[in-house]
Amino acid sequence: MTEKQILQPISRSSPEKYSEGMAREEGALKTTTRRSFLTGAASAVAAATVASTTGAVASPLEVQPSSKSMGRTTVPQGYGMPSKYEGHVTRNRTDVYVNKQNYSDWSMTPIQHQHGIVTPNGLIFERHHAGIPDIDPDTHELVIHGMVRQPMRYTMDNLMRYPSISRFHFMECSGNGLTDWLAVKSKTVQQTHGLLSCSQFTGVPVSWLLDEVGLESGAKWLLFEGADGSAHARSIPLDKALDDVMLVFASGGEMLRPENGYPLRAFIPGWEGNTSVKWLRRIKVSDQPWHLRSETARYTDPMPEGKFRQFSMEMECKSVITNPSGGMQMQGPGLYELQGFAWSGNGTIKAVDITTDGGRTWRTADLEGPVLNKCLTRFRYRWNWDGGPAKIASRAVDSTGYVQPTVAELAANRRIAGFVQHHNGIFPWAIDTNGEVRNAIA
Amino acid sequence: MQLHKITIAGGLALALSFSAAFAGSSKPAVSFGTPTTEADIAAWDIDIQTATGKGLPSGSGSVAEGKALFEMQCVSCHGVDAAGGPQYGSMVGGKRPLTGGGYPYAPILFDYIRRAMPMNAPQSLSNDEVYALTAYIYALNEFIPQDAVLDAGSLASIQMPVHVRDGFIVDDRPDTAATRCMEDC
Repeated sequence: MTEKQILQPISRSSPEKYSEGMAREEGALKTTTRRSFLTGAASAVAAATVASTTGAVASPLEVQPSSKSMGRTTVPQGYGMPSKYEGHVTRNRTDVYVNKQNYSDWSMTPIQHQHGIVTPNGLIFERHHAGIPDIDPDTHELVIHGMVRQPMRYTMDNLMRYPSISRFHFMECSGNGLTDWLAVKSKTVQQTHGLLSCSQFTGVPVSWLLDEVGLESGAKWLLFEGADGSAHARSIPLDKALDDVMLVFASGGEMLRPENGYPLRAFIPGWEGNTSVKWLRRIKVSDQPWHLRSETARYTDPMPEGKFRQFSMEMECKSVITNPSGGMQMQGPGLYELQGFAWSGNGTIKAVDITTDGGRTWRTADLEGPVLNKCLTRFRYRWNWDGGPAKIASRAVDSTGYVQPTVAELAANRRIAGFVQHHNGIFPWAIDTNGEVRNAIA
Repeated sequence: MQLHKITIAGGLALALSFSAAFAGSSKPAVSFGTPTTEADIAAWDIDIQTATGKGLPSGSGSVAEGKALFEMQCVSCHGVDAAGGPQYGSMVGGKRPLTGGGYPYAPILFDYIRRAMPMNAPQSLSNDEVYALTAYIYALNEFIPQDAVLDAGSLASIQMPVHVRDGFIVDDRPDTAATRCMEDC
């Protein structure tokens, strides 16, 4: 029996076995039925293996109800939804902050349930400043003006007529990890790291359109502005825009969801999510940044001596173990595959190291391809848990040579107080002798 | 500057020199946009260059007008005298008045109110009303006198507290230099 077969049920059962909160009751009874008809023979072999090590006797298989009945019909048209047994995999608002309104609010991606690097569109994290508009693409327009030779207007039909480009990239909110620097506030990795998603984004390089309007001499900054009720806007340096910024209308193979900017958003690879302005209606060219409220009062980093770091755009190299992670339950000593994501706004992931002893010893994890620029990279590490207390964490290295720091190393230079942003510190999970996995940031 | 490095694409049109990120996908020699004018897009052109006040519109408003407007449209979320209400905290006083990293340039508040407030009816206020609300909030913070009237010139000339105005540093990351210790760390 190979260890791979033993690992399979561990991995496959994770959504239920490791689930947190409300799903547990609902999913627990159904797990057996579901797995038995989904995995068939492979499951039976694995079950036999488990049985032989535990001394339990496997009961004989019965023909499944699904084999003895007709399934649902194919509907004439419709949009496919996840299995009804996956109802626990949801985007969740913060359970640390209690926002008094839910227009300027956020929700997090359940990255502990994400298989592979692509986040399903319905689970891409949200951050809005004045709710989610429903914009008719037939009336939406983009304007480019300011320091240009010829201001231009573009309808969605205009924009989608250009040849398009698709790129895989992560997107992360500057506030990802906001609540858990020095004390434990969140239980799950969804709450600690779920302002993070990844998809294939499709659109047009903004440089193509800037070429069309013609930039005047001295142009250095662009304003990107949304058509939502907050008219959220950010100043973006022209150099970055010409490098790799896209205006995107699609993610994950379909048009953007309303909550992610339908029908058009900026996409600024590797930079804090709010710079990728959603519902994009206007680009203005200037020689100066605008210093808007979103660039002074917000999205700035508290620093020593009362200062704030401004225009801190890049999301630096970071990683986290997603399986196992907070709120999960280990299924007894033995072999586990530690899994997680690493990413960097400054390039590709070069390596991920794993500790299982609280940071004294580190071992190199396997990276799973594709390893792409400014994109989530999956890592895996096989670990034999001896059943004793353990503290596990990951540490990523990117193509610039930057090594993911500890929180202590970050705190040496930054003021960890208030609305701290850009938390890319090493994040530990503690496992106790009962197999309970907990947030161990402090 | 790379931007001005002009190349001939297909011998027909002028094009910028593009970055390696989109290598293999050259800009097509087409244009699908519609030429427009600044006059046509004036209703959308609401941004202010807050450090200089460039973009501030004509119009004016007084502290008293702002107070009356605030009591009608803003109190329900921000509370009486902007001291904090059911939804949001105080906008008066504190080390860095008006939240977070603060407002180093006075026109920031005008820009923000004009684009986003009131939250249930954004972009519904006249420029005079936005000037008046800005004046009221700044008077509550004693940046300007109670009898002040703000317009483009006077708003841009308000000097915010020096520790806020000079309270920002440019991004100096990476600010850590962690090493990849593997044993006995």
